[in-house]
Amino acid sequence: MYTQALNSSDGDDRGIEDAALAAQFQARIDADERIEPNDWMPAAYRKTLTRQISQHAHSEIVGMLPEGNWITRAPSLRRKAALLAKVQDECGHGLYLYAAAETLGTSREELVDAMLAGKAKYSSIFNYPTLTWADIGTIGWLVDGAAIMNQIPLCRCSYGPYARAMIRVCKEESFHQRQGFEIMVTLCRGTAEQKAMAQNALDRWWWPVLMMFGPPDQASQHSDTSTKWKIKRFSNDELRQKFVDATVPQAEFLGLTIPDPGMKQNANGNWEYSAIDWNEFKQVLAGNGPCNRDRIAARRKAHEEGAWVREAAAAYAEKRKGRRLAQAAE
Amino acid sequence: MATPNTPLWEVFIRSRNGLAHKHVGSLHAADATLALQAARDIYTRRGEGLSIWVVPSNAITASDPSEKGMMFEPAESKIYRHPTFYDVPDEVGHM
Repeated sequence: MYTQALNSSDGDDRGIEDAALAAQFQARIDADERIEPNDWMPAAYRKTLTRQISQHAHSEIVGMLPEGNWITRAPSLRRKAALLAKVQDECGHGLYLYAAAETLGTSREELVDAMLAGKAKYSSIFNYPTLTWADIGTIGWLVDGAAIMNQIPLCRCSYGPYARAMIRVCKEESFHQRQGFEIMVTLCRGTAEQKAMAQNALDRWWWPVLMMFGPPDQASQHSDTSTKWKIKRFSNDELRQKFVDATVPQAEFLGLTIPDPGMKQNANGNWEYSAIDWNEFKQVLAGNGPCNRDRIAARRKAHEEGAWVREAAAAYAEKRKGRRLAQAAE
Repeated sequence: MATPNTPLWEVFIRSRNGLAHKHVGSLHAADATLALQAARDIYTRRGEGLSIWVVPSNAITASDPSEKGMMFEPAESKIYRHPTFYDVPDEVGHM
């Protein structure tokens, strides 16, 4: 649920051996047909999708960490149960997406290893810390809100398994956003201290959330191919604008101030925001965000500490199989 | 890294509404018991089903998409298999 437009499609169609097949493929895309795993597809389409879907899956899995940080410290049993369910959903979303990515021919083990080795990207937003309980509210409200904007169009993506996974994800997603917004409403109706905590969380998350939509359109060289292939249906800036326009009245309702004094509504009713610090975005993607090292270290630790479970399950399955074969031979 | 890749399973769920089991996705698990448990956790967190089947992915035989023309042509050319092929006089009403 946390895909990030990194504008990383593999560019042109170099390596397409067969122009006729490529033309047929494009004709199917243009006719809004879904491409399925065993269908012919250009190597660059396969590569772009493998990268995008696996990045999306990694984001779901890494996204469990900032929220997991607050499960044991949730302010009530109701909040704790809801947060736990949300984090379980993120895990489920990661697993649907890994399964979709694998249909393109890369094994789960390879995908996970690439993430643990730091070779695969995940959404920059999860490299920011969750300092207070208000951060959990803000993540649900804004981070999941931004993710929904990104993901709804992906339900119509040209690759069948990805589109189907996204339909499941989107169905589950609105619970996440409402859960977060309810936390914000409660804090904003609470004591002055609680409201200040909500404002502080919004101040810290606002700009990183806008960055989730990826670089500005004029800076992205590869969107054309993804658009032509109907992987991407809206540009980064279009989605970002939609998100800002949807969020401004929600912040007003909460009585919170978006940390952008220069923001103003134009004649079309769109909210114009100030310049985004793309240098910060680049730094976080390059591994220099506040929590990049912690996140990868936590994933590696979980993977290593789970190794004995995977080994034991495989050994048990092997033993049972051997026994069945022996019985059958008797 | 010596551990072999965990086998892949396809998951089918029969929903409450009495329809047939429907493919919902896939997952990795070492054996059938673990596959069923994982399918419950991954695909039925909101009461989506009353029954789950898990099938090893490599046990499925699939038709070849590149031959779908030949495979399905016999059905496509037989429009008389559909009720709309036949004319029923208006006076007869719904049939």
